[in-house]
Amino acid sequence: MANDPTHQFQVFKIVPIEIGGIDFSFTNASLFMVATVACAAGFLYLSTANRGLIPTRMQSVAEMSYEFIASMLREGAGSQGMKFFPMVFSLFMFVLTANLLGMFPYFFTVTSQIIVTFVLALFVILTVVIYGFYKHGLHFLSVFAPSGVPKVLLPLVSSIEIISFLSRPISLSVRLFANMLAGHITLKVFAGFVASMSAMGALGIGGAILPLLMTVAMTGLEFLVAFLQAYVFAVLTCMYLNDAVHGGH
Amino acid sequence: MFVTPAFAQGAPANGDTNAAAGTQPAGQTHTETGVAHDDHATGVFPPFDSSTYASQVLWLVITFAVFYWVMQKVIVPRVGGILEHRHDRIAQDLDEASRLKAEADAAVETYEKELAAARVKGSAIAEGAREAAKAKAAADRTAIEAELVAKIAAAEQRIGDIKAQAFGEVGAIAEEATSAIVDQLIGAKASADDVRAAVSAAKVEA
Repeated sequence: MANDPTHQFQVFKIVPIEIGGIDFSFTNASLFMVATVACAAGFLYLSTANRGLIPTRMQSVAEMSYEFIASMLREGAGSQGMKFFPMVFSLFMFVLTANLLGMFPYFFTVTSQIIVTFVLALFVILTVVIYGFYKHGLHFLSVFAPSGVPKVLLPLVSSIEIISFLSRPISLSVRLFANMLAGHITLKVFAGFVASMSAMGALGIGGAILPLLMTVAMTGLEFLVAFLQAYVFAVLTCMYLNDAVHGGH
Repeated sequence: MFVTPAFAQGAPANGDTNAAAGTQPAGQTHTETGVAHDDHATGVFPPFDSSTYASQVLWLVITFAVFYWVMQKVIVPRVGGILEHRHDRIAQDLDEASRLKAEADAAVETYEKELAAARVKGSAIAEGAREAAKAKAAADRTAIEAELVAKIAAAEQRIGDIKAQAFGEVGAIAEEATSAIVDQLIGAKASADDVRAAVSAAKVEA
């Protein structure tokens, strides 16, 4: 039996594809990326199909998520940042849906793969850097030199700013990845306790109640984390985009 | 069944996963496809297994690009349109409501103005009617009074006439009576002139 808590993160091939000696197989991870996109886009598409003036429940969920991200972006990056709305909204919906789909037993969690979260984070950072240089030219580099800093301290402050800027894609990706990974492992370990303890006879079944309660509580917590991490990802994206839109500090 | 808490806690470490991976193919019948994943059961902690990275990146780029495209082309304009339409509609309805309120206010004002005018007109009519009635009563009274005065005058005239006539006839009656009395007393006819003179003298004495 698959009681190995890391088994749920195994990637296996469904349709093997190899191009130029590199493995591009359609895997279970690919399958759940497709499922994530299908669920998120399908939900948003179908719930707003009626374009009701008075929204149905589903339509108000879609509208709420839209307005949630819109106000987040407006507060984070100002009205000029609104041109990035489709990007932030897509990221938020993708991460949220992937996290929530991962909560189903036997489902693969797309966001528990560091490479996935890293690519998403890189997408954000590259957007910031490219748009920043496109909009402000070399003045964009002033994000590394906060105004009002004495000249003596400038090299020190700038190097700290550069390090913090370079660590952004790492912190952004590792935060999401580690949260999803750790949550799922913890859940699996506690659920594994229930199974293995209840196999040890009457006393074991009695003792299994505690990890069972823990599993139930953890499941609730994981749903919170699933939402929270999508939210944090979107908020940080908005903050980073603010640098690109408005230049220095 | 082989998993003990100790194993579960140690699992993320590479050595244990290795051992677990070795035992997996035997019991791996619950996976969706039943495909044995010997390729990736390399013993590396799965998220750090770089042999899957190329495939994951490719499929993430494909799926996310499709998702982004759908969001940008369909969902965002649609939801934005719905929200804007609602916003416009609410603003329009508020305008309509304030317009109707202004209309209602104007109607109330007109009504009150007309009511006041009607009230003034009504009291004028009542006043006029009262005046007319009063004037008519006064006219009637004066007419009747005049008539009565005329009648009284006519009556007094007639009384005076009758009185004068009566006084006129008194002399003739007295003369007749006097000549008759004289005739009876002295047996001689007194002359009409004497009688008349005597009566006149008596009248003057009386």
